[in-house]
Amino acid sequence: MLFVSYEFIAFTILLFVLYYLLPKKCQWPLLLIASYVFYWIANPYYLIFIGTTTISAFAAGVLMDKAQGRADLAIKAAKEDGSYTSDLKKALKAKAKSSKWKILLVSMLFNLGILAVTKYTNFVITNINKFLEDGAALKAVDLIIPMGISFYTFQTVGYLIDTYRGTVKAERNPFKLALFVSFFPQLVQGPISRYGDLSKTLYGEHKFTEKTFTYGLVRILWGYFKKVVIADRIITAVTALIGDTETYTGAYVFIAMFFYAFELYCDFTGGIDITIGIAQCLGITVTENFNLPYFSKNIKEYWNRWHITMGSWFTDYIFYPLSVDKNMLRLSKWSREHLGKFWGKRLTVYLSAFIVWLATGVWHGAAWNFIVWGLMNFAVIMISQELDPLYLRFHKKFKVKDKAGYGVFEIIRTIFLMSLIRMFDCYRDVPMTFRMVGTMFTRFRLSTFTDGSLLQLGLGSSDYIVLAAGLLIILSVSIYKYRSKKDIRDRLYDTPWIWYGAMSFLLIITLLFGAYGHGYDATQFIYNQF
Amino acid sequence: MDVIIEILKELHPDVDYETNTSLVDDRIIDSFDIISIVAEIDDRLDVQIPAEEIIPDNFNSAAALAALVKKLEDED
Repeated sequence: MLFVSYEFIAFTILLFVLYYLLPKKCQWPLLLIASYVFYWIANPYYLIFIGTTTISAFAAGVLMDKAQGRADLAIKAAKEDGSYTSDLKKALKAKAKSSKWKILLVSMLFNLGILAVTKYTNFVITNINKFLEDGAALKAVDLIIPMGISFYTFQTVGYLIDTYRGTVKAERNPFKLALFVSFFPQLVQGPISRYGDLSKTLYGEHKFTEKTFTYGLVRILWGYFKKVVIADRIITAVTALIGDTETYTGAYVFIAMFFYAFELYCDFTGGIDITIGIAQCLGITVTENFNLPYFSKNIKEYWNRWHITMGSWFTDYIFYPLSVDKNMLRLSKWSREHLGKFWGKRLTVYLSAFIVWLATGVWHGAAWNFIVWGLMNFAVIMISQELDPLYLRFHKKFKVKDKAGYGVFEIIRTIFLMSLIRMFDCYRDVPMTFRMVGTMFTRFRLSTFTDGSLLQLGLGSSDYIVLAAGLLIILSVSIYKYRSKKDIRDRLYDTPWIWYGAMSFLLIITLLFGAYGHGYDATQFIYNQF
Repeated sequence: MDVIIEILKELHPDVDYETNTSLVDDRIIDSFDIISIVAEIDDRLDVQIPAEEIIPDNFNSAAALAALVKKLEDED
């Protein structure tokens, strides 16, 4: 059931009605049923996977909590009977930590193992086959890849690590945990929520309020506008440009690069708007996944604003634990003593960052293009990190840092750089990407923009007008947020006719200018495949 | 506290660490800086900061960092 389908809209409306009509204590169980129905409609077999993940995480969480509980009780008992010493406390805590670590390791390996087998088996087979004779080649296996498995597995592993660390208490109700793992609006493409955040509102009783509900509704409509009017329209040109690598070289690659950047932005942020909007209509707060990513002035800032929940997941659960691991600290000490100050400060940080970006690439997909994409991000971040002192000197000398024009230049530079790296995601073939990007510099013809070539990509002039108007609307709303640091809805809501007018406007332009009918197909979200 | 301010000053000399209480929130220090701080504290004070303690609240100010180090020393 696509988000962009009548079935999904009917499904969601029915859910809203039942959610507020039934007794409030039935709200979260209803969401669990809805989430499982949503997943069951996609493919009944998916339920086996998500069910297994839920049961294993539930058992591991409870076992870890029990191990900690035993240690706490023993410490308490020792305090009461006078046998308490700090050594005893340390020993009991160490024992609990060791038991919890074993449980965490098994449950993590089990769940990440399912993800690895379903997503990466055929990637491994294909690569092994490159080294084998034709006759000995291994056959690709036909495996089900459950929808959103990367998202819900990471969310579940996050829950397990948080329980291990003691930052959250293990969920003692298996059905509540099942809802956390399967909450349907975020199953398709995230965000990757933390249990500590989502559980605050997921299981609560929510009263219908006009403000919250319409805030959610506007967010949903905003998401549909971005997805249906922009992303699903521009995809026609992107598909044409990427599909014919013989014809579309030079300036066409440049066009493809920015069209894809626009498409991906509207597709992914639009999808997340729908997710967060549905949750808001239900009174549930889902963590934001974007914060004006195309307003970033450098790549580091970009990664703090784009796909935020994935970035913070990798930082909190891989980068930090890896960097502060005993062996890593020992390596850090060794490198300071033997390699000098320069490498001493950098070696372990860069090593951890390398591993994280490699993992980020692999997470996106079982293909070399994603791995190269991840490592390109790593390389650019490291280079900009090293050039930082140079930038600072430049900014001090020329005093350009606070000038608006320079800020715009930095933003455009970051968009260009990120779009360029994303070409690996576009062409999905590493040598081909290098070749095509190369033609951008060797076969660039400026006349491509003026000789009517753009009208040969499956989009007519009316489509370009819609895209330009859409870009203008999105840009205006974004600039408002960037400058005022406020949600535009807060301003619109104060005047009822403007509020409902804006809602109607979004609905009408989505219905009128949505890319459906005349040969278009509503498409699945790009991030659904991850 | 002095050692912590010294470590922080080496990373960003222009920041007033006595008064600033939003080092992470305002992105004055990033994840790379945090790892450098953890490694320096391990090196100079022999205190190991575990991953679960790397949260914004513990790194937002020199005072918060000093309090974390003290807590970890006391636990040891």
